[in-house]
Amino acid sequence: MTAPTITGVTPDAATQRDIYRRMALIKANDERARKVIRAGKLVLPYYSPRGQEVIPSALSVLLTNDDYICTIYRGIHDMLAKGVPLKDLWAELAGRVTGTCKGKGGPMHITHPKSGVMVTTGIVGSSMPIANGLAWASQIKGDGRVTVAYFGDGASNIGAFHESLNLAAVWKLPVVFVCQNNEWGEHTAYEKATSARQIADRAVGYAMPGARVDGNDPFAMYAAAKDAVDRARAGGGPTLIEAMTYRFHGHVLGDADAYMDKARKEAAVAADPVPRFRAHLIAEGIATEAELAEVEAAIEAELDEAVAHALASDYPTVEELACDVFAPEAVVGEAA
Amino acid sequence: MSDTSQITILQAINKALTDAMAEDDSVLVLGEEVADPEEGGIVGVTKGLSTRFGPHRVRSTPISEQAIIGAAIGASLAGFKPVAEIMLMNFTTVAMDMIVNHAAKLRFMSGGQTHVPIVIRTMTGAGFGTGGQHCDYLEAWFAHTAGIKVVAPSNAADAYGLMRSAIEDPDPVLFIENLPTYWTPSAAPQPGARVPLGKASVLSPGQDVTVIAYARMVQEAQAAVASLKAGGISAELIDLRSVAPWDRRTVLESVARTGRALVVHEAVTPFGVGAEISAVIHEELFSRLKAPVKRLGGAFCPVPFSKPLETAFAPRAADIEAAVRSLLAAA
Ligand SMILES: Cc1ncc(C[n+]2csc(CCOP(=O)(O)OP(=O)(O)O)c2C)c(N)n1
Ligand SMILES: [Mg+2]
Repeated sequence: MTAPTITGVTPDAATQRDIYRRMALIKANDERARKVIRAGKLVLPYYSPRGQEVIPSALSVLLTNDDYICTIYRGIHDMLAKGVPLKDLWAELAGRVTGTCKGKGGPMHITHPKSGVMVTTGIVGSSMPIANGLAWASQIKGDGRVTVAYFGDGASNIGAFHESLNLAAVWKLPVVFVCQNNEWGEHTAYEKATSARQIADRAVGYAMPGARVDGNDPFAMYAAAKDAVDRARAGGGPTLIEAMTYRFHGHVLGDADAYMDKARKEAAVAADPVPRFRAHLIAEGIATEAELAEVEAAIEAELDEAVAHALASDYPTVEELACDVFAPEAVVGEAA
Repeated sequence: MSDTSQITILQAINKALTDAMAEDDSVLVLGEEVADPEEGGIVGVTKGLSTRFGPHRVRSTPISEQAIIGAAIGASLAGFKPVAEIMLMNFTTVAMDMIVNHAAKLRFMSGGQTHVPIVIRTMTGAGFGTGGQHCDYLEAWFAHTAGIKVVAPSNAADAYGLMRSAIEDPDPVLFIENLPTYWTPSAAPQPGARVPLGKASVLSPGQDVTVIAYARMVQEAQAAVASLKAGGISAELIDLRSVAPWDRRTVLESVARTGRALVVHEAVTPFGVGAEISAVIHEELFSRLKAPVKRLGGAFCPVPFSKPLETAFAPRAADIEAAVRSLLAAA
């Protein structure tokens, strides 16, 4: 975590504290989720974002609720950083009718338009084409919104990535493509599946700016995100950010991660960006230990409340199977 | 291996692939995570193949479904018999052009000069809380396409025998594996035994009604049939095994005797495989039917995440039993 090289893009003290709060929330939420699932209180496929906290936190401080994101199954950090309310999120994880999607979407398909979370996809690569459409809408309306498409390193090998980057560049769309390169796609190591030395290089082929940054460094990530978001807002078109990070856990909760190199993993965990940034804030006098402890305690209390709310909520009734397939009035003739 | 021993469907498919690769050098395997460094598939169906047959013949791929099926097609045009894995059935959507416009059609469009002897293995099935994009049964889309065959075994012996036949078949075959029942044990196959494509199996003979099912629904139907039997109703259970082409002869012979038929699948009912089978039964046996053919399928919605909804989504033994009783009551 070094001082940023570009002048004028250092987040101010309040912004740094804001970034930390989001990171701490993601970390605490992840720890809580794994605990609750392991205790058997909830059953769901869970894709931990642990280790990737910085990326959406440093980016989301540059966004408002009006800005859009499209994210993926491993996207709970992106949602939390963007501001999806914990209670609604947890109720969805629990499949309860009080959830963001009435329990019908589940953890891989959280949608929460109020906080700008427009799509969460379980299909690798599919966040990007849709992000382009949101960005196109903003371009037509001139509403100044920015759309962020989050995806993984593995997703850069699917056709949708290439089609989307090209389209966004041709149309100069206000979109930011954020590849969270955690070195793994399920059990496949980056270099086994990806020809590019770095994914950022792929931007060259689509004539858009591309940057590889340390996605675990809040300053580097903020600077790259600000550059991209400012460009998008100013009508300068899309950017590809390759944010380097590391997946602390197996692909999905329950995956024993035996295929992951132990030493590499230990080194990444030892460099955990959350306590590192915390220590930095205290050392630089940006926040005191007591202030951060208070932030963390508030998060824990909010989590207690969210989990309790989720578990106490009702499941949707089976009538919900027939609802939301079409608009209530849209079915002409007899429903199947 | 004695036929009294039991193995799982997962083991049976692994064995079929191993035996086919050992016997025929032209059999290749490719797909996401299929090689051993990536743990031989997400649940280990292809475990051991890359270690035994080497990285030329067994390849893990990038997450690139179009490229996977395209490479399988190309290698098949040049004389190989690739078995391509599309991890989950929903991900076939990303490769539909390759499957529908190319694999299924090249024989016809080339006037028979080329053909595409590939197998596309894929897994699916509701039950694990994976929600709307990970467990659909989409077999009707493929059955609706001329030039590709579709199979969906329900037990280990059929899985083995159908895989051996699918690999040897000169045309593309979509091989659908049910995720929740991978680990269910059943009688082990005879080594080398083939199950012909397009041939159903009558699992239990009966006189009052014919129940036609495939994949996981066979297990549900077996439970229903046993319960009906205890109540004095004799249901004939047909495991279709092959969805396209399907065994019209076995089905029509049975329904001609019983006069009543129920088709059960996990896929949604409208425009489904049940509709096709029902239509053919009506066309062929109209005057001999004692009641209109019934269909039972998944609810007409995306697979829901929430547990009670997911449980209610696909037909269960009790639903099958109730449908049979209503068929009998209709007479
Ligand atoms: C089209 C498609 N193919 C395969 C999968 C199965 N799958 C789910 S996650 C994943 C790995 C994705 O890796 P990456 O893009 O790096 O994202 P990460 O999980 O590391 O965040 C795969 C292959 C899928 N969901 N969609
Ligand atoms: Mg990854």
